Amino acid sequence: MIPISWILFLSLSLFTIGIFGVLARRNLLFVLISLELMLNAVVIVFIAASRYHSASMANSDGQIMYLLVLALAASEIAVGLSLVIHMYRQHHHLDIDKLNKLRD
Amino acid sequence: MSLFILLLMPLLGGVLAWYSERFNADLPKKIAFISLLMCWLPLIPLLNSMPFDASSLGTSQWLINESYNWIPLFNINAHLALDGLSFLLIVLTLLMGLVALSSAWHEITKRTGLFYLNLLWTLAGVLGVFLAIDLFLFFVFWEVMLVPMYFLISIWGYESRHYAAFKFFIFTQAGGLLMLLSLCALVSIHFQQTGILTFDYNILIQNPISGDFAFWVALGFTIAFLVKLPALPFHSWLPDAHTQAPTAASVILAAVLLKTGGYGIIRFVLPLFPEASIELAPFMMLIGVIGIIYGAMMAFVQTDLKRLVAYSSVSHMGFVLLGCFAFNIYALQGAVMQMLAHGISTSALFVLVGMIQHRYHTRDLNKLGGLWINLPKLSAFGLFFGIASLGMPGLGNFVAEFLILVGSFDQYPKLTIFAASGLILAAVYSLLLIYKTFFGQIKRPHKSEIADTNSKEWFTLISMCFILIYLGLHPQPFFDLVPISLMKLTFLTADIGALL
Amino acid sequence: MTSYSSLLALIPLLPLFSAIILLFSKLPKLGVSILAVGSVASVALISLFLNFIFWQQSDFVLTASLGTWINIAQLKISFGLYLDPLSLVMITIISGVGALIHLYSTGFMYQDSDFKRYFTYLNLFISAMLFLVLADNLLLLYLGWEGVGLCSYLLIGFWYQDRSNNLAANKAFLMTRIGDTAMAIGLFLLFTQLGTLDIQEIQIKAHSVWSLTNDNNNNTMASLCCLLLLGGAVGKSAQLPLQNWLPDAMAGPTPVSALIHAATMVTAGIYLLARNSQLFQLAPDVLYLVALIGTFTLLLGASAAMVQSDLKRILAYSTISQLGYMFLALGVGAGASAVFHLMTHAFFKALLFLSAGALIYSLHHEHNIFKMGGLLKKLPVVAVSFAIGCAALASLPFTSGFYSKELILEQVVASGHTGLWWAAILGAFITAFYSARLFFVVFLGQTQLSPNTTPTKSMSLVLVILSVFSLFGGIHPEGLKTLLPQLTSEKLSTLQHWLPIILPFIAISFAWWMFKTKRFGKPVSSSLMQGIHQLLKSGWAFDYIYQTIFVSPFNYLCQLNKRDFIDLFYRLIEKTSCKLHRAFSQFQNGQLRSYNASLIIFCILAFAWFIGGELIL
Repeated sequence: MIPISWILFLSLSLFTIGIFGVLARRNLLFVLISLELMLNAVVIVFIAASRYHSASMANSDGQIMYLLVLALAASEIAVGLSLVIHMYRQHHHLDIDKLNKLRD
Repeated sequence: MSLFILLLMPLLGGVLAWYSERFNADLPKKIAFISLLMCWLPLIPLLNSMPFDASSLGTSQWLINESYNWIPLFNINAHLALDGLSFLLIVLTLLMGLVALSSAWHEITKRTGLFYLNLLWTLAGVLGVFLAIDLFLFFVFWEVMLVPMYFLISIWGYESRHYAAFKFFIFTQAGGLLMLLSLCALVSIHFQQTGILTFDYNILIQNPISGDFAFWVALGFTIAFLVKLPALPFHSWLPDAHTQAPTAASVILAAVLLKTGGYGIIRFVLPLFPEASIELAPFMMLIGVIGIIYGAMMAFVQTDLKRLVAYSSVSHMGFVLLGCFAFNIYALQGAVMQMLAHGISTSALFVLVGMIQHRYHTRDLNKLGGLWINLPKLSAFGLFFGIASLGMPGLGNFVAEFLILVGSFDQYPKLTIFAASGLILAAVYSLLLIYKTFFGQIKRPHKSEIADTNSKEWFTLISMCFILIYLGLHPQPFFDLVPISLMKLTFLTADIGALL
Repeated sequence: MTSYSSLLALIPLLPLFSAIILLFSKLPKLGVSILAVGSVASVALISLFLNFIFWQQSDFVLTASLGTWINIAQLKISFGLYLDPLSLVMITIISGVGALIHLYSTGFMYQDSDFKRYFTYLNLFISAMLFLVLADNLLLLYLGWEGVGLCSYLLIGFWYQDRSNNLAANKAFLMTRIGDTAMAIGLFLLFTQLGTLDIQEIQIKAHSVWSLTNDNNNNTMASLCCLLLLGGAVGKSAQLPLQNWLPDAMAGPTPVSALIHAATMVTAGIYLLARNSQLFQLAPDVLYLVALIGTFTLLLGASAAMVQSDLKRILAYSTISQLGYMFLALGVGAGASAVFHLMTHAFFKALLFLSAGALIYSLHHEHNIFKMGGLLKKLPVVAVSFAIGCAALASLPFTSGFYSKELILEQVVASGHTGLWWAAILGAFITAFYSARLFFVVFLGQTQLSPNTTPTKSMSLVLVILSVFSLFGGIHPEGLKTLLPQLTSEKLSTLQHWLPIILPFIAISFAWWMFKTKRFGKPVSSSLMQGIHQLLKSGWAFDYIYQTIFVSPFNYLCQLNKRDFIDLFYRLIEKTSCKLHRAFSQFQNGQLRSYNASLIIFCILAFAWFIGGELIL
């Protein structure tokens, strides 16, 4: 078995790519994609943890956790995508930098 | 029940007045008038059986005492009680409420329902302050009397009303916050030291808290009351608030709200923290004297008539502060009398200023002058109350100031000499007020006829004159009412030879 | 005795009720006159009656009480009235001269539209003055004291449309207030030391608590109390250093000047010192100070009166000077002669002021004596009364002023202060000089201004009555001699006996010479003389001194602080919080990405802090 640190490293890199995407991209769709990437990165840790630190190798707690996160992500994306559609209809662009009216 | 009815009257009357505006624009003020008159009803049995000489006061300090359960978890009860001191101040409040009503009768024309709601609720808050004996309830009413007053100044005031109302609110609210902290500290320390968790005044004064922390708690309470009094250096909300407020609100502010500070010191600070008060006393008396002189000097240079009267308030309340902390029976009686007399004389001056502003649309002393030529009756009243303000014997202010000075002379002769110079300075600004407004030539002749006092205004002012003369020549019943011996206050006697 | 007590109680109350009725009524001028003059005249009748009852009794006491005022612990003050020979003399003068002046005013003020207001104030004044002299405790005396100050203010500024009248009234009130505050502090000291404010009790207790034979400390206390009371007396009686309000107070109507600033209010200080004479005996230093103040004031007043050109200002400075004589008498320990001079001075000074008023009335409000002249034939009654008044002022023989002033000079000799005696003699010389100057310039010589009207009947009648009193009123009241201290008169040397008698004649001849050679009213030649002339005319430049030392710095200081420097602190807090608000609201820019960024950064930091710390440990 490969050391767990490799998987953690993978997860961390994916998470960081996700954060970078959330912060640096202007298009709302790409922000949502990066958010998904972050979620998936976290789930990899869950699965690896259940595989490497459980009593029996047949323990699938992490994978069940993944299913939970998947459901969560799906519902969140549903809401998010509907917001994206509304935004495009309203403003005819998807640039979040131009959405700054909620201020002083 | 009677005290609760007394509190409920203005509250209900206010709501009714607010609601009645939609039927008739004249209705709110009539309803307010009726509810204020009905507030006297719970007090009538007291007036009949009032012990007007010191010997028949009995063993209990309280004339009426009512308590209801409120928050049993912290032992907070809705405990209202009336003794001679609060009775005097409540009578003053109700009288001044009527005076405020009479001055607002013709002056307020827009949103009258809301105006009378705020006026009556302020009065209800003040009555609650004077009646509450449970400390938590006292704090609640302390805050209640601020909010309607804020609205009164902010909506119906003059040029810079928003600034003034805001300043007033922040100052007194900050003081109130300090009081809340001190209150909680007091209760918790008391619980630590005696094992009784209570917010009730009667129980708290049985075992006054001691220790280093007691001093800071006392200071917290004192500062809260100093802000209201107002004492230097917390006085700067007063000139703006008084100047920008409508006449009725000025009357209530000057006559009643300021007295809650003095009342708080006498009722709460002095008995609850005896040692801390004695430690604080020299500093407080010094602040009082500085306030007297500073207020008078500021009053002297004002060009706004109302601001001049406001600063004279600062000066007079300096006397109250001096008297409260002199630990001398004469000074304390003088302080109570000064609260009563100043309430009447200053509010009368504000009523007069309101009348002048209503007729001439200016408060500028450089533009006024020669009012006696056209308005002899109004000017005569102005002369009378200006003379009262400078402490003419025969009127209430003199008795008060004399007693305060005699009392504090016992403790601090040199400080009292400076305070006595306040008598001269009071004459300086009062005479300035009189001659710039009423004497001299008319500066800007008016095209139309200016009316002298109408019968309602005349009646209000003449009754205030008579009350002031009565206070000045026959103050003994008022002295007998204050149950000094039962209030658990400490008095000191000084050896004056040593101090000189 | 109770009926007499109620009679006593009526004395201060009658004018008070009359004033109140006048305030609220709408009586015509005749009704006002009858009520006002009637109330004071009834008081005069009552006091004459009391004089008759207690005729030549030397130690009688009549008391009355109008109720309790204050009763707290040791402080027990009542509205108590106390009549003894001293107060009997005072109420007789006040009500007698007062009634005459009220009668005179009905003529003098008849044209004025504020007739009713005038008499309201005047009656209120009489009531307050009666309370002052009848009070049995110092607090009630203080009430009367301030009451007369108030009425004096109201009456000086009676013609309120003129700004200079207002300022003169303010000046009078404020300067006397300074004295009153000193007196109030004296009251505090007396109460805290002796435990009482009752006058008779104070005299007795002071002697037992502070005895002259005790150590220095007690003497200091007595001197301090007396000094503070003296402060009040100095203010009210226009002595140095609080004397410069009196000449300006002449802005009021002339009968007011006669009543208040000659006969009654200004004598309150002398009354106070006389009333507390036993207390003052415990402080010989203060008594000497009283004598010194009296002497300097006497010289100040006389020298200033010598060079004035305003008729009423001459009389005002003359009043200051004569009050100085009374203070001198009090200071050397001759209280009885001080009060005697007070009595005669009330007569002849009132006479002089009222004659001056008649002059001013007839000459249509002209005050400058150098615009008058040769009025002897045109206004005979006025001229004769003026002559009699001047004669009494100059203490020519067989006038009432002669007897009282001679008595004072004798007492000064008996006290042994020869320096003070010479100063008093000098003062007498100058007094006679300026009285003669006044009479000659106004009534003799060329007529410049012709009188429009003659004085009314009421005015003339009063002038005649007062002339009679000025001539024949020199009877020393018996009771005073036992009540107040009096020095035993030694044998006077020939000089001391005859100089005061001859001196007025010398002075009058000198004045006659100067008048005949037309030296009066001419501008002086050398600049030194001009400087001296200006110094004397301004009353030794006290106005200028006080303006520079007190008034202007005070004004400047107050103006400096007009914006209330304490408020600056709070405005600073307000501005700082506004600036902070603007700074912090930069964070709220509406940008989603910056919000995200701050969220993530904070999470990382928090993570590092909490979890990282655990990991390291």
